[in-house]
Amino acid sequence: MPYDEVVARFEPVLGLEVHVELSTKSKMWCGCPTDFGGEPNSHVCPVCLGLPGSLPVVNRLAVESAIRIGLSLNCDIATWCRFARKNYFYPDMPKDYQVSQYDEPLCFDGNVAVEVGGLTYQVPIERVHMEEDAGKLTHVGGAGRISGADYSLIDYNRAGVPLMEIVTKTIHGTGAAAPEVASGYMAFLRDMVRALGVSHGRMERGNLRCDVNVSLTPRGSSELGTRSETKNVNSLRAVADAVRYEMMRQGAILAAGGRVKQETRHWNEGGYTTPGRSKEEAQDYRYFPEPDLVPVAPDPAWVDELRATLPEHPALRRARLAADWGFTEREFGDILAIEGALELIADTVAAGTTPAAARKWWLTELARRANEAGVALDELPITPAQVAEVQALLADGAVNDKLARQVIEGVLAGEGSPAEVVASRGLAVVSDTEALDAAVIAAIAADPEAAAKVRDGKVAAAGALIGAVMKNMRGQADAAKVRELILAKLG
Amino acid sequence: MSDITSLITATAAELGQRIAAREISSVEVVRAHLDQITATDEAVHAFLVVDTERALAQAAAVDARIAAGERLGPLAGVPIAVKDLLCYEGLPTTAGSRILEGWVPPYSSTVVRRLNDAGLVILGKTNLDEFAMGSSTETSGYGPTHNPWDLTRTPGGSGGGSAAAVSAYQAPLAIGTDTGGSIRQPAAVTGSVGAKPTYGMVSRYGIIAMASSLDQAGPVARTTLDAALLHQVIAGHDPLDSTSINAAVADVVGAARSGDVKGLRIGLVTEFGGEGYAPGVELRTREAVTALSAAGAEVVEVSCPHFVHALATYYLIMPAEVSSNLARYDGMRYGLRVGDDGDNAVETVMRLTRGKGFGTEAKRRIILGTYALSAGYYDAFYGSAQKMRTLIARDFTAAFEQCDVLVSPATPTTAFRLGERVADPMAMYKSDLCTIPANLAGVGAASFPCGLAPEDGLPVGFQVMSPALADDRLYLVGAALERELTAKWGGRLLDQAPLLPGTKVVR
Ligand SMILES: [Zn+2]
Repeated sequence: MPYDEVVARFEPVLGLEVHVELSTKSKMWCGCPTDFGGEPNSHVCPVCLGLPGSLPVVNRLAVESAIRIGLSLNCDIATWCRFARKNYFYPDMPKDYQVSQYDEPLCFDGNVAVEVGGLTYQVPIERVHMEEDAGKLTHVGGAGRISGADYSLIDYNRAGVPLMEIVTKTIHGTGAAAPEVASGYMAFLRDMVRALGVSHGRMERGNLRCDVNVSLTPRGSSELGTRSETKNVNSLRAVADAVRYEMMRQGAILAAGGRVKQETRHWNEGGYTTPGRSKEEAQDYRYFPEPDLVPVAPDPAWVDELRATLPEHPALRRARLAADWGFTEREFGDILAIEGALELIADTVAAGTTPAAARKWWLTELARRANEAGVALDELPITPAQVAEVQALLADGAVNDKLARQVIEGVLAGEGSPAEVVASRGLAVVSDTEALDAAVIAAIAADPEAAAKVRDGKVAAAGALIGAVMKNMRGQADAAKVRELILAKLG
Repeated sequence: MSDITSLITATAAELGQRIAAREISSVEVVRAHLDQITATDEAVHAFLVVDTERALAQAAAVDARIAAGERLGPLAGVPIAVKDLLCYEGLPTTAGSRILEGWVPPYSSTVVRRLNDAGLVILGKTNLDEFAMGSSTETSGYGPTHNPWDLTRTPGGSGGGSAAAVSAYQAPLAIGTDTGGSIRQPAAVTGSVGAKPTYGMVSRYGIIAMASSLDQAGPVARTTLDAALLHQVIAGHDPLDSTSINAAVADVVGAARSGDVKGLRIGLVTEFGGEGYAPGVELRTREAVTALSAAGAEVVEVSCPHFVHALATYYLIMPAEVSSNLARYDGMRYGLRVGDDGDNAVETVMRLTRGKGFGTEAKRRIILGTYALSAGYYDAFYGSAQKMRTLIARDFTAAFEQCDVLVSPATPTTAFRLGERVADPMAMYKSDLCTIPANLAGVGAASFPCGLAPEDGLPVGFQVMSPALADDRLYLVGAALERELTAKWGGRLLDQAPLLPGTKVVR
């Protein structure tokens, strides 16, 4: 059945559960670092290993981050709430329970406006709560899956890293725009957590993980359809695709008179979902208030303080920057298309570069180098301030465009600041007139034919002479100045 | 009196003074206690592990510091036994369970660190009911402890090892933990002093959890002053325990030295008596109240109507927390692992490990707690128990408007025989009838020896309960009682205990 027909016959109802991994320096309950990529089980202590006798202590920054997320989602903030234990056995959980929140979330009842194709859709927020991440299992043998594996290894470095779970209420009335509303909401969350500085916000790294719930209701019916839950959808595009795929799949089943099964589904790279473990045996997590922790009771004055210092709403900020910078819609769209580019350009502009120059550097030379290195743009080892410095050198004529690229290469290679690279590599444009004069005279002498043409008024022939001078000077000359000198000598 | 007798029967306060004055060395004192353990522990089985070499090294270090002119605390150089529920880096810690056999913690609990910092010398770890779940030390995976007053009887539990060690002169001091009476009930039936401080006054960090909202470590000793001195060492705020109270520790030592109860209002709880209470227990309780009255206290009778529901409330909340706290013992990371043959799935290994590693009582409480928290049962069981817990706490609040402390028997009967209640969990659970309310409300409570029951010649404990944070009142009453009763008896109650075979104590 075509998509249009699915939408014509059914109303999609969405629900999104997003886990946000916070970027706090230390874990949720202990002082261990949250750094990515240490040796397995090197970022652990009695607390995050759940050793007998160990006790958790709440990371205040994680609570603060959760409140700021909640405020950004227009949530109410609880004046008193508790952590709860979610009990189930799994080897990646050191305590065989996860400390989470149950019926007393820290933030609740919010809403977010998502714009798609000029229309605004309301995404109601049910809750934002705090919990801890688990360790990581690696299955050895048996195609790397748990069934059939010879044995499994456990790395508890991630165990206890703070997670926020943001849960929407059911989202109605999105119609054909459902996939874009879902991805637009995710984009909002990503931009928001980055603007707040509470998470790295990298979907491809799993900093943001989305579970997508989709059901279809026949138009004109008030009955809610059976939903599927597609787990761990980890890119904006995949979120939209997963919604669309499920709408199509469920639409076909319902149109054929079938029944949608309530189940967990996997998202596959090829752009389709497959059934996961069916929830025949409903888990009873036996939630109860975590007795090892005292209730969280944020002081309302503190919450007000946090509210007053929230960064600008990402959508408003984008609109403001677009207006300030004066790019065309397309030029601005190119910036938004590259993750992190908007922030980098904004910071470069803030460091004194024109928007056009900042955009040029980040979207061409630096985007190319990031691409080559296989890293994200904001992971390049160069800061917006350094890019601004390079641009200032260029504007002053201290380097030319070609040298500026070499300066950037040096900074990326870890050779120091732009000024240091210029000094150590000897990249400054030669402004010593004597040396230039000598080079010009030598070039004229070496190519009398070209010199004669220039004398005869064929100024275009100067190009060959300029090239020779530049070559002689190993590129470290200001081409305009060289041209000026040649024309003066032959005029 | 032989010299070794004076070293092992002296109070901790005396030992601390004499060590500080360099009249005796800590090494001598520690060696005397190690000898007494060797001589008597085959019969008593108070210890699971004795840390001889480290103890002697710690003692020598304290002696050297004193010789160098350092002024240490009042208990520096004094030996102590620690319940095997507290992590002590480098020494096997079992919680009395086979499931933790062989596990050596890589860190020390806050209480152990405070003991070390105060110069106390840790002799070893004492026996307990498995994960502190029991009232007789018979559920220990390593065999029961025997009551030094009568080796055919239990020393109570769960801290039977700590109480037996102190009453058998194997250590002048011990650390216990009390979730529903595990310090006070063993103290009562062994004629020793045991106190459960206000919940949150002693850090739980590094103490293997049984029921987190109830567990509290405290001192076990032979005198009120010794218990207070130890209380002073281990109490205080700990940033590693979120439930630790950030408040000044009450002047427990000052109270133990004063023992002045003139004008103190003492409330006798009317709910604890009658059917199920041994006549000797009721008799000695009344006498204790009379003695306090003679010392100048005002005695009133106070009703705490919800206390009769404390046992039922406790047996819902405690197992619920136990079922979750004991989940981590799954054979994956430490301790016992059963059935890891390369074919068994992880769930099978977990099941086999827990099936083999846990004893009957641990399993009973895990299952009870799992039911109490299950969907559909939560409100009726765990939920209503929490409401009753609040009502019990309110009974305390109301009672403390009428009096300064509450008193009662510590336990309905004297020490029972080994094996007598093993097959009857309800009879076993009733041992803690009087002690449980204080845990549910988080208030301070202690047991002090108040005589021998005429019918069996065994010790009776007198319980004192104080408002939260006012733990000093426990020692005020304990010291007054001790003064009045030792005068009457012409010595300490423990002097009336029969001598153990092989003991170094000579009378
Ligand atoms: Zn840690």
